[in-house]
Amino acid sequence: MSDIKKFMFVNRKAPYGTIYALESLEVVLITAAFDQDVSLVFLDDGVYQLKKGQQTKGIETKNFSTTYRALEGYDIEKLYVEKESMDARGLTAEDLLVDVTVLTSKEMGELMGQQDVVLSF
Amino acid sequence: MLHIINRSVLGNAAFDSCLRVAAPGEILLIEDAVYAATKGNALEGKVREMQNRFKIHVLMPDLEARGLADRVIDGVSPVDYGGFVDLVAANKNCQSWL
Amino acid sequence: MKFGIVVNEGPYQHQSSDSAYLFCKAAIAKGHNVDRVFFYHDGVNNATKLTEPPQDDRNIVNRWSKLAEEHKVDLVVCVAAAMRRGIRDENLATGFRISGLGQLVEMGVQSDRLVVFGD
Repeated sequence: MSDIKKFMFVNRKAPYGTIYALESLEVVLITAAFDQDVSLVFLDDGVYQLKKGQQTKGIETKNFSTTYRALEGYDIEKLYVEKESMDARGLTAEDLLVDVTVLTSKEMGELMGQQDVVLSF
Repeated sequence: MLHIINRSVLGNAAFDSCLRVAAPGEILLIEDAVYAATKGNALEGKVREMQNRFKIHVLMPDLEARGLADRVIDGVSPVDYGGFVDLVAANKNCQSWL
Repeated sequence: MKFGIVVNEGPYQHQSSDSAYLFCKAAIAKGHNVDRVFFYHDGVNNATKLTEPPQDDRNIVNRWSKLAEEHKVDLVVCVAAAMRRGIRDENLATGFRISGLGQLVEMGVQSDRLVVFGD
């Protein structure tokens, strides 16, 4: 495809409490098939989407967190987490189930400014 | 870049996060976020201070609907839906802080 | 300029569908094109023709249908989100069509600006 745009998905919501995280991930997977330049950003409660060890049996809901691990297979490798969001939740990069790039707020803001399409759900 | 905020800024992280993360640019307050643009709200000081980094706009039909159209903080620019469209068109990209 | 619009919330419950509609109308009035509105998450509930608001209230669904008819706006409802929520061809209002998420990505690629309305 000749039109390659920079797509950024901004995830600011925790999983399970609402469906946004799951349905957002479904868009990400489709976008990969369009050969676009895809970045995923995790801010605020969105960081919780990546927490290791999610066990959803007790709430009878599909555990979709393993899908984040599959993103690499779709050539989606740009995952960014804001340091301040992680710190505020007592989490470190070791708590996350995928490799991410940790950015400061300022770096995150600059990255946003460079995008063509910013999708938030 | 245009940042669109639609949630009440009191007790919601969207506005704070936007101010923390976003590079200098423009902010548009719509829906329940318009309360942030009114004099006397708890975040008025912050809104005034942030005007150094951001041009802040408020969607007037939303503020009128909420009965606070006469209390816009000085320097916050009032826009209608046409102005909203112009802001989106004038900025390279926009993000809704949902 | 070509605009693409995303609506993530259902009608009446949240203002996002109203905001999106009024934005589309203003954009069209200014001579811009709104090629497509993509309905996702609970936004798919904007597409059911079974909606029947009280007579003194706006009819959000009909308003979208009319916009599609008068200005050739492509109203696309995400199939996966729609099936989860019981939106089918049988109860689809005029002007809407059910299709895949690829339509959202395509809209992002093809439009000059994309605006998301949600909660």
